[in-house]
Amino acid sequence: MEHTEDRKNKKTSVISRFLSFFQKIGNKILKFFINLYKFFKNGFKKFYARFMDGSIGTKLSHLVMGAGNFYHKQFIKGFIYLALQFGFFFLMITSPMVNNTPIGFKSLGNLITLGTEEGGIIFNPDFTFEIIPTDNSMLMLLFGVVVIGIIAVYIVAHNSSIKSSYKADLDKRNNKKPTNFKQDIKSLLDDRFHVALLTPAMIGILVFTILPTIFMILIAFTNSDKEHVPGQQLIDWVGFLNFSNIFSGTGEISRRFLPVLSWTLVWAFFATFTNYIGGILLALLINKKEVKFKKIWRTVFVITIALPQFVTLLAMRSLLMNQGPVHQMLMNIGILAEGSTFEILQFAADPLTTRIAVILINVWIGVPFTMLMTSGILMNVPSELYEAAQIDGATKRQAFFNITIPYIVFVTTPYLITSFIGNITSFNVIFLLTGGLPRAGGGAIAGETDLLVTWLYKLTIEQNDYNLGSVIAILTFIITASATLISYRRSKSFKEEDAFQ
Amino acid sequence: MIKTVKKFKSVKASRLTSTIFSYITLGILSIIWLYPILWILLSAFRVEYRDGNLITTVVGNYIPKGLGLENFRILFENPTGNNPFIQWFINTLIVSLFTFILSTLFTLSVAYVMSKLRFPMRKKFLSIAIILGLFPGFMSMIAIYYILKAISLTGTLYALILVYSAGAGLGFYVAKGFFDIIPNSLMESARLDGATNSQIFTKIVLPLSKPIIIYTALLSFIGPWMDFIFAKVILGTNRQMYTVAVGLYEMMYGEQVSSSQFTVFAAGSVIVAIPIVTLFLSMQKYYVEGVTAGAVKG
Repeated sequence: MEHTEDRKNKKTSVISRFLSFFQKIGNKILKFFINLYKFFKNGFKKFYARFMDGSIGTKLSHLVMGAGNFYHKQFIKGFIYLALQFGFFFLMITSPMVNNTPIGFKSLGNLITLGTEEGGIIFNPDFTFEIIPTDNSMLMLLFGVVVIGIIAVYIVAHNSSIKSSYKADLDKRNNKKPTNFKQDIKSLLDDRFHVALLTPAMIGILVFTILPTIFMILIAFTNSDKEHVPGQQLIDWVGFLNFSNIFSGTGEISRRFLPVLSWTLVWAFFATFTNYIGGILLALLINKKEVKFKKIWRTVFVITIALPQFVTLLAMRSLLMNQGPVHQMLMNIGILAEGSTFEILQFAADPLTTRIAVILINVWIGVPFTMLMTSGILMNVPSELYEAAQIDGATKRQAFFNITIPYIVFVTTPYLITSFIGNITSFNVIFLLTGGLPRAGGGAIAGETDLLVTWLYKLTIEQNDYNLGSVIAILTFIITASATLISYRRSKSFKEEDAFQ
Repeated sequence: MIKTVKKFKSVKASRLTSTIFSYITLGILSIIWLYPILWILLSAFRVEYRDGNLITTVVGNYIPKGLGLENFRILFENPTGNNPFIQWFINTLIVSLFTFILSTLFTLSVAYVMSKLRFPMRKKFLSIAIILGLFPGFMSMIAIYYILKAISLTGTLYALILVYSAGAGLGFYVAKGFFDIIPNSLMESARLDGATNSQIFTKIVLPLSKPIIIYTALLSFIGPWMDFIFAKVILGTNRQMYTVAVGLYEMMYGEQVSSSQFTVFAAGSVIVAIPIVTLFLSMQKYYVEGVTAGAVKG
């Protein structure tokens, strides 16, 4: 009786936990919007108060960047701000052509239309002809995003010019001298050191991580495929069509999405756990007291990490070829008949063979890494733990199972999560070993061992179906992001639980 | 008395069997791990002829029938004119030198700011960095390709340097974990002595951070030698500009399978692997420290 009661309690608690999880997410979203509203409201209030309170220079700064700095005789600073504003408007109004595509205010219109000129040849009556180039929709999309970014940066810069003028106002009011240019530079090395350190890295991240990511997401909502080549045909916005095609279409993406997704998850699961368990066992073996020459043993395995993967994986691929050394060896021993064929990687009859082979080869690639990490952790097990166990009269065996193993597992749990996510997006092993083969049949591009990322590569680089590639990229991001979020919540609660004990 | 001796003996015997068992397991595992590596090494020095022609494709016999430097000669002399290996090696060296300087600077500065400096928006920066880190760099590759094309940089080494180092700031976690351990009191006393933030960073924190500097530098230096896919997409068909990874891959699989030059590929791999493996093994200590810290910190 009591048992069933217990179970019921557990069940309701699971359901209530589940519900509270969604409730929390709902609350978070609500809170976000409330905060956003407050942010704008307060921002505007502050903006208005600053405008009313500021000197005439500060007021002018709202129109002309740097005016306030000139007013306070900070000429160098004022000149830099003025040049910034001039450059911004010059770029925006003139909209210079880069690769036949304007970049400036015109880009904003182009971002909406993605180009209107279909291009073609006009024959004049005097038998000459002109070639009118097609609008490059892809570049228009890119420049549109870039221009929005530039405008955002400009707004921040303009606000900072007002801010600096207002700060000089306040300095004057407090009978201090407004800072001169030299002092400003100096403060970059001291109390504003974070600005100096972050700016170069942020520019890199902005241009090579954030911009491409936004660009990639937007492509998922266009029809940029192999029938719409930028510069030859116009590309259009298609809304969520590419996404709904996954579930309702008849093309490659709808037929192959679920098989590829499930294999990706199966692969990530096995690749993670085989490496994890194998690596820990190997580290324990090498670190056994009676094993001598630990450094040499370790080095044997570490060479695998140091060697570039394109070398080791292509070596594996050639070893396992039909008529390759492993085939020859198996024939010599007599396991395989002379004259038989040996296909386990690209052209295996049964995709399961290839999948198992790929996971096993991945053990070869990944185990040394976990081994090295676990060895590092083994050296760091707090010695108090062992001393306390010794005082309590525990045997070495007990200490091993009750201290060493739990400690390793506890410490490496975050690693387990990151390596699972890493395996979802691991490209090299599949691409270099099988290239996604064996084929899935029906003319599908995604083979039986293709992961989401290698499929993405094939769709974009080989097939030019950029829209489908982007859709897969977004879905992969959603999978990895939710895995991270869930595990983050878990590990947090894990820590809290631990704190109670 | 006799009993204890017996027990002692049996313990000794069981320890002996366990030792033997450990060595046998390690031996077998070592053979498995070294088998493919030795295969590349043997293939690089393989000199075998069939009908008077040098065999460069994959063959069934693991142990070569003849050894020599013929493959290295082909690699360096580049008889077809298609595979300028020396050029590829120089390209990779240039890219990795610049990448290692830029990436190390970016990574360490972001890590230090996030760890030790307090300023408004710090928390927001941290959470944005975590979300951005979830987008695998690989996925924005196509977009990066377009951006580079728009500024006519595709097929150049500059592009590769930018791609490898520009996003480096996002990989700050491991270094941040290291800086977190440095006691704040050290910095506060320096501050009392009138040191500025930049002086504290360059004169106090950096000299203490040798392991993490070496770890970051090592990884960013080795990256361009290992990376294959970014280089392949960005360098396109410009063979003169290839890095060793792309070049050697194309040498083996880019051309017709019948002319696949596996043994020459192996020779090139050996040339690339020797400096990288040596560097890696000599810096192994720092690598283990970084990896362990990274794993524990998540």
